[in-house]
Amino acid sequence: MFDFKEDQIERYSRQIILPQIGGMGQKKISEAKVLIVGAGGLGSPLALYLAAAGVGKIGLVDSDKVELNNLQRQILHTTIDVGKPKVISGQEKIEALNPEVKVVTIKKRLTSENALNILEDYDLVVDGSDNFPTRYLMNDACLFQKKPLFHAGILRFEGQVMTILPHQGPCYRCLFPEPPPPGLIPSCQEAGILGSVAGVIGTIQATEVLKFILGIGDLLVGRLLVFSALEMRFHLVKVPKNPHCSLCGENPTLNELIDYEEFCLLRRQR
Amino acid sequence: MVKVRIPSPLQKLTDNQVLVTGKGGTIKELIDDLERQFPGIKGRICDEDGHIRRFVNIYINEEDIRFLNGEETAIKSGDEISIIPAIAGGETDV
Repeated sequence: MFDFKEDQIERYSRQIILPQIGGMGQKKISEAKVLIVGAGGLGSPLALYLAAAGVGKIGLVDSDKVELNNLQRQILHTTIDVGKPKVISGQEKIEALNPEVKVVTIKKRLTSENALNILEDYDLVVDGSDNFPTRYLMNDACLFQKKPLFHAGILRFEGQVMTILPHQGPCYRCLFPEPPPPGLIPSCQEAGILGSVAGVIGTIQATEVLKFILGIGDLLVGRLLVFSALEMRFHLVKVPKNPHCSLCGENPTLNELIDYEEFCLLRRQR
Repeated sequence: MVKVRIPSPLQKLTDNQVLVTGKGGTIKELIDDLERQFPGIKGRICDEDGHIRRFVNIYINEEDIRFLNGEETAIKSGDEISIIPAIAGGETDV
């Protein structure tokens, strides 16, 4: 009925057996085209779980190369990958896990010039970025193109997750109208992240993506999920659509993509 | 007295405490009380004019005060206040 080969039925049997998924759901997953921006801490569990579930096409955007200090959390990459572009290392792991997935590598940083073009080929976008300029750019680009955006942020022992369905629910600017201005940030050195926190949060994002593709359950739309590993506590807060939002409010003032300045000195020096 | 959840970027100012207590009839008074206890914290939450920064939100239980009465929103004993800033991996925000 769904034209699956025997080994595909075997591979996906434990999720096809779920009444909310079935053959119909598996077909939806195999037809989905997902863009993952950032092949790092969040991008790793995202890419692995989405590939394992059988997502048809995965685009990986990242301009960086694998560094030794990435491996503590970026489980898509291994020691022998150090020095290799993250998108290539990621492609190899995805293809090894599930050769049915079509992987597209985009070894670039998302900019106001290329964002809309890159997004065009995908149904939805997942935020695995580690910086504010890319985050706001993605939010704005997804709103203009009406693509769902699965947002997350992580720092130290904490994480935040929110699912954005443009115009239907609040966007990231409804939550935080503007990024912190350059210069206000004391230092990147005092930051840091427990690797498993990236795993927890990236896995929640992957779960939201799969629910969206399948059209099941309640998404984190209009709700921000806040995770504190030290307290081992999940906390939901309400995120109303902001009528004064500069992007999706009643009188929007933003009608084109803007590039925010990098504000992390350490990053600039690299 | 209310409980206040402090996000990681500000925990250096609270001696690494995640949960602190504070008092005041409004959010504004609570922030002033936090400043008395943890000098420097107000400048991270508010801008030079004393307004809450645009990348920091304050919630009473699960409600964002921007959609209540902002800094003048009344708080009562037993409320749980959360300060939630925008975060991005590897970068501190407030």
